[in-house]
Amino acid sequence: MLEKLALYMQFSNVRYALIVGVLIALCSSLLGVTLVLKRFSFIGDGLSHVAFGAMSIAAVVGLTNEMLLILPVTVISAVLLLRTGQNTKIKGDAAIAMISVGALAFGYLIMNIFSTSSNLSGDVCSTLFGSTSIITLTQKEVGLCIALSVAVLIIFVLFYNKILAVTFDENFAKATGIKADRYNLLIAVVIAVIIVLAMNLVGSLLISALVIFPALSAMRLFHSFRNVTICSAVLSVICAFTGIIISILAGTPAGSTIVAVDVAAFALCCGAGALTGGLRK
Amino acid sequence: MALLTVKDLSLGYDNRAIAEDLNFTVSAGDYLCIVGENGSGKSTLMKTLLHLQAPLKGEIITGDGLKNNEIGYLPQQTIVQRDFPASVREIVLSGCQSRCGLRPFYNKEEKALAAENMKRMGITDLADRCYRELSGGQQQRVLLARALCATRKVFLLDEPVSGLDPKVTAEMYELIKELNDEGITIIMISHDIAAALRYASNILHIGSSVFFGTKEEYLESETGKFFLRQQKGGEE
Repeated sequence: MLEKLALYMQFSNVRYALIVGVLIALCSSLLGVTLVLKRFSFIGDGLSHVAFGAMSIAAVVGLTNEMLLILPVTVISAVLLLRTGQNTKIKGDAAIAMISVGALAFGYLIMNIFSTSSNLSGDVCSTLFGSTSIITLTQKEVGLCIALSVAVLIIFVLFYNKILAVTFDENFAKATGIKADRYNLLIAVVIAVIIVLAMNLVGSLLISALVIFPALSAMRLFHSFRNVTICSAVLSVICAFTGIIISILAGTPAGSTIVAVDVAAFALCCGAGALTGGLRK
Repeated sequence: MALLTVKDLSLGYDNRAIAEDLNFTVSAGDYLCIVGENGSGKSTLMKTLLHLQAPLKGEIITGDGLKNNEIGYLPQQTIVQRDFPASVREIVLSGCQSRCGLRPFYNKEEKALAAENMKRMGITDLADRCYRELSGGQQQRVLLARALCATRKVFLLDEPVSGLDPKVTAEMYELIKELNDEGITIIMISHDIAAALRYASNILHIGSSVFFGTKEEYLESETGKFFLRQQKGGEE
């Protein structure tokens, strides 16, 4: 088995996939805690469907660099969704559901009507669930992915304390003069970038799993924001790494394998949390 | 000059006024209780005082060198807080956030301030405990310590004792009283008219009739007498 792995490692494809997979997993887990607590667990889903819609438009129009369209559209949707938090006619979850299914339907419709590809259902399936085998990326895509991931990491570390304050108690933060709206905007932009990145890895239907599972698992085990954040980042990286290796060895689709590993990790953490919780009492 | 002067203030949402033409002042060291029936706009008034919501009409003038961000706030608990995985220390420290400006991390001074305020509220031994595992009274102490990190001037408290048992409620009132004696101005929304009359120096009653004055004046006023009778009737 190790020989087989060593053999695969010689391909640049496999190495790229591992680097990108681990980085994306790391980034997506960071904001998970915040999104879960703000009751925005499904925003990943909604935004990724928007990205899917944008992608199909980009494909039909024939843009050479799809990112130019996908990234701005997703960022704008994220801002709109997170802004509608309070005092709107359509509440958060309904707004997300609306945008999400709407974009999905239009994306598929456009692809179906205008697509020139001979393998339409294959194309759709791989954007929804990620590539069927190992992800193939060009060197340029890997570079972009690394740059954006590093940017997300730096932003998160620099604004960590502010994100904590704003997530825990937005009103108190505003009352003491923190520009909470600005940080909410920042969170929206960062989450949109992460989702566009993660689409390559797990496809647009499974992204929420990358955002939510590590955070929820870590919350079973730890009781301070710092430890939860660190734990969810570590868990997410381990799960993504394991998932990709398994998918290579077993020839399974990368995205769903990673998510399956995440689910298993969550079950383990639930068990461990119940056990240690029981011991403490 | 008063800390806060409220002139002809009208509150509400979407141009629908809940309370109109409020006039009152808060001076340094005051203990003001805001009472009134449910739906009379007490919480909306608080949000407006905190600049979380724009007033429909009128103005709020701050004086005596009080800046807009020098108001400490003790909110009613939100759903987010009930399962937030954060230690007591992290939450108290977050009160120092407004001192940081754009600086990303807390410095030694702020950490010392947080430690001092935890000691002041008697929660030092809880510093590493998870906020969501604490009892209601302990959680309120944590939030008070956080507010102390943010300001030493004015505290706005929104129903600080709701959901606490009688013993903890009494402790909480004593704690707030002590803070007031140290010179912190208290503005508190309360359902508990008995406690309001016991501790407050001034009363603002909003609702069908509006009253503002000292506690003694309130007891003599028609609004006060009527409300007290009503409350007694409700309890029986």
